[in-house]
Amino acid sequence: MDKARGSDPMKKSGSPRWRGFLPLVGLVLLVALPFAAQAFGQSALTSLATRMLILAIAASALNIALGLGGLVSFGHAAFYGVGAYAVGILTTHGASGMPFLGFVPGSEHLAVNLLVAMSVSGIVAGLIGALALRTSGVPFIMITLAFAQMLFFFFVALKAYGGDDGLSMRRRNALPGLNMRDDVTFYFTSLTILLAWLGVSARLFHSRFGLLLGGIRQSERRMQAIGVPTVRYRWLAFVLSGVGTGLAGGLMAVFGRFVSPDMMHWTQSGELLIMVVLGGAGTIFGPVLGAFALIGLETLLAGWTEHWQIILGPALVLMALTFRGGLARLGRSEQGP
Amino acid sequence: MSVIRKAAMAAAAGMSILALTGGAGAQEPLKIGMVTTLSGPGGYLGQDIRDAFNLAVEMGGGKLGGTPVQVLVEDDALKPGQGKQIADKFMKTDKVKLLTGIVFSNVALAVVPDVLDNDGIYVSPNAGPSTLAGKECHRNYFVVSWQNDSLHESAGQNANNLGYKKAFILAPNYQAGKDALEGFKRMFKGEIVGEVFTRLDQTDFAAEMAQIRNAKPDVVFQFHPGGAGIAFLRQYQQAGLIEAIPMVVPSPSMDAVTLKAVGAPALGLNVSAQWNSDFDNPANKEFVVAWTKKYNRPITYYASQGYDTALAIGAALKATGGKVADAEAFRTAMLKADFKSVRGNFKFGRNQHPVQDWYSMRVEKDEAGNPIIKTREKILSEVGDSYAKDCKL
Amino acid sequence: MALLLEQMLNGVQLGVMLFLLAAGLTLIFGIMGVINLAHGSLYMVGAYAAAFVAQATGSFLLAIPAGLAAAALVGMTIEFTVVRRLYARDHLDQVLATFGLILFFNQLVVLMFGRQPMFVQIPPAFAGAIDLGLFSYPVYRLCIIAVGLATAGALFWLIQRTRLGMLVRAGATHRDMVQALGVDVRLLYTVVFGLGALLAGLAGLMSGPLLSVQVGMGEQILILTFVVVVIGGLGSVSGAFAGALLVGIVDTSLRAFLPGLLRGIMTGSEADALAGGISAMGVYLLMAIVLLVRPKGLFPAHG
Repeated sequence: MDKARGSDPMKKSGSPRWRGFLPLVGLVLLVALPFAAQAFGQSALTSLATRMLILAIAASALNIALGLGGLVSFGHAAFYGVGAYAVGILTTHGASGMPFLGFVPGSEHLAVNLLVAMSVSGIVAGLIGALALRTSGVPFIMITLAFAQMLFFFFVALKAYGGDDGLSMRRRNALPGLNMRDDVTFYFTSLTILLAWLGVSARLFHSRFGLLLGGIRQSERRMQAIGVPTVRYRWLAFVLSGVGTGLAGGLMAVFGRFVSPDMMHWTQSGELLIMVVLGGAGTIFGPVLGAFALIGLETLLAGWTEHWQIILGPALVLMALTFRGGLARLGRSEQGP
Repeated sequence: MSVIRKAAMAAAAGMSILALTGGAGAQEPLKIGMVTTLSGPGGYLGQDIRDAFNLAVEMGGGKLGGTPVQVLVEDDALKPGQGKQIADKFMKTDKVKLLTGIVFSNVALAVVPDVLDNDGIYVSPNAGPSTLAGKECHRNYFVVSWQNDSLHESAGQNANNLGYKKAFILAPNYQAGKDALEGFKRMFKGEIVGEVFTRLDQTDFAAEMAQIRNAKPDVVFQFHPGGAGIAFLRQYQQAGLIEAIPMVVPSPSMDAVTLKAVGAPALGLNVSAQWNSDFDNPANKEFVVAWTKKYNRPITYYASQGYDTALAIGAALKATGGKVADAEAFRTAMLKADFKSVRGNFKFGRNQHPVQDWYSMRVEKDEAGNPIIKTREKILSEVGDSYAKDCKL
Repeated sequence: MALLLEQMLNGVQLGVMLFLLAAGLTLIFGIMGVINLAHGSLYMVGAYAAAFVAQATGSFLLAIPAGLAAAALVGMTIEFTVVRRLYARDHLDQVLATFGLILFFNQLVVLMFGRQPMFVQIPPAFAGAIDLGLFSYPVYRLCIIAVGLATAGALFWLIQRTRLGMLVRAGATHRDMVQALGVDVRLLYTVVFGLGALLAGLAGLMSGPLLSVQVGMGEQILILTFVVVVIGGLGSVSGAFAGALLVGIVDTSLRAFLPGLLRGIMTGSEADALAGGISAMGVYLLMAIVLLVRPKGLFPAHG
């Protein structure tokens, strides 16, 4: 783990002043996007962008484990999927009126379901994290992958909730006062949740907790020597990361009205990792940029040729070889660590 | 930070912006959206469906039922989420109303409800999951291939007809596999001496071979589409079981591609299907000749279904004068099924799934000594599926 | 009893296949510190090259060198162009780059050989089954076991008894010292990567007549190989051997015997479905347990 990347978020970079305005420009563009899309008759863009926003939440959540905690998790798709299934199962029971396991009432309320998704993923992350953190380095990467695979096969075999075919929901979860069936409304709901999440993660990065994790990343032994319970802090980072990923999974389930084990396939964990690395691990906006760039590139290439992977593959290799530190650190005089 | 690196970044960023703006085209030909699986181990199924569909369009001179059409194809990579995204783009950006192409049930279950909710029309060339065949059937959802269970019910009937009493049955541990075993058991009158769920993605079946040998059944029924089916059959032969215990399979476990891969060891295998390349009807002969001329590779069931789907859509377009805007008119025209199916008899049942004949086939040698799938007899006449009664259309 | 023995043999056969892949992966990790997700692609390259030559010439004998050479060449090319630049980087960059390579190779295979699975006829000398007294067993699978064990023996000899092996062992534990002593480390790395690729190619070409040669076959086995490597202890070839046999036998036994055991306590089809689910999770559970008890694996290379 000592090699895991992540620059000190507190370090003042010698970047030009205009960089401070970039997030604002980005926000304005995001707010304008659905209206522009409608004006140009490209309303599919709104749902594409919604997908990007949701994955940005997941990537940003993974970043808390990865960039802040220095934990390379190759199993975050598990939390993404668990969050999605939590929403899917609650919604199914909410629609049928039959309580889950005979006593847990179902629900079709968006806020309730997302809270449940976050709690359930947090608990699962807590269990997996407690076990996985006994290892470090490559074994940590692999044990997180192993747990994700176990959950993947569990949901594949879970016939009661569709098994491999997944679980479809009749309608999107509701939020009183808003028409969630409308794609633009849903887009802004997702955007709001993303912004809230980014706010939380920015607070985390700059909190005492974040600073301690930064110290642990740089020298675990030194932090232990001064009496910091390093494993507990890493575990907490892992759990928070799982909570955010579960939130994204739950939101994706509502958006697509569909959950399937495919959401926890190991390639999904890989894609989340790619988003974070591409955008810049350890930065606030990096994972968001990474999610937009990767999904954008995939969509563009797939629309262009059926052999899109032959271009995306080398593009990823090139990015790994050339951009150290990710998109978010471009234009800074100081490069990633 | 080097200039080159900056330029590369800018290019990447530019590309993603392009993705956001790329798009709409001319209005003229009717656009048909095809969401299908082209990558991964299941890629050849989607490829055959797409190629056969395009073949039908080409044979019509770029038209289906006299209407010029443009087929938009995108790869769902067997990811339901990706399939939804593509369908969404087709419907919203390209203003497509008519969609087809999905190979796998899990993708269909994710995409089809979206299409229907957006007042689109979906015509399935392959997947026919039970969830959409009964209570949840829909006016704008048509299946040209089969309802999933029918494949296995026909195999069960085939096993009865061949006089087998004790069966050992295997399928992968996912929904379609469970449906396969249920479907077989629904029709099979004998005893089940062993039931095994293999793993999703499993390709080595040595452990299962030993179990089969140990259980000493009269017949083995197995459902493993694509590559896993090839592996299963070859290992069955290598284990020396093929001479000892006969096998009945539904068509996805033994298509022309699987046969080519397995070769002579497949001789004697019993297959049940709704179509075969040797069917003696003019429509089929025309199809087989055209396919061989254009693609020169084995024709699969998937191809026949893609071709029939194109013909079915063509017949409906002919009746509506190329219009799909009025979904009711299109539905009325579609339900007449006024086309010459390559499989002979073809009708839509009340749940808009096929009512068709099922045949028993066997792998035999042709004159040149190469193994081919040979049609033997009709085993089921004009049957629909067991879910149609729950459909309230 | 016969069934038990037969299943054990099946487990061993799966084990030696996994060992061939895991040996390369663990060497590459142990010496260069690189996680190579594209290792499964080298297995696929070996399988496709062998299948192509076997189909073109009709000879499995010619297919063997073709598969080996193709995998080794592609492996060394990857090392030379991509992996070499990743040695000093963290695991994240390695994961990203080698994930990209997987996408590239899968699509390249589609472009070159099409989407239909390819097949290799079993060499006639090895076709059929042989009577082992209690039960009969496919000759070809026995051959795989023999080749796998022989390769394992050769590999141990190479590592324990030759100069190259000495460098490999030294490189795994004291990388900087080897460099400081003036060994051409770049060359050593390329050779080791090529060797790993060769072994993956061997596994790929042997799997041709058994499984179907198809796009994505590498990823199906890759994850299982990682399990083996981690259980055995990263960087340890003997660990990979033990891990491979353990995983092979546990996986096969779960698939073979769990349904029967569960059927004793519940109804047939429920037992089968549950057993299917548990056996799919089984090896991952095994890995989790091993890592929890011994976080560095069964035979850690670094002491």
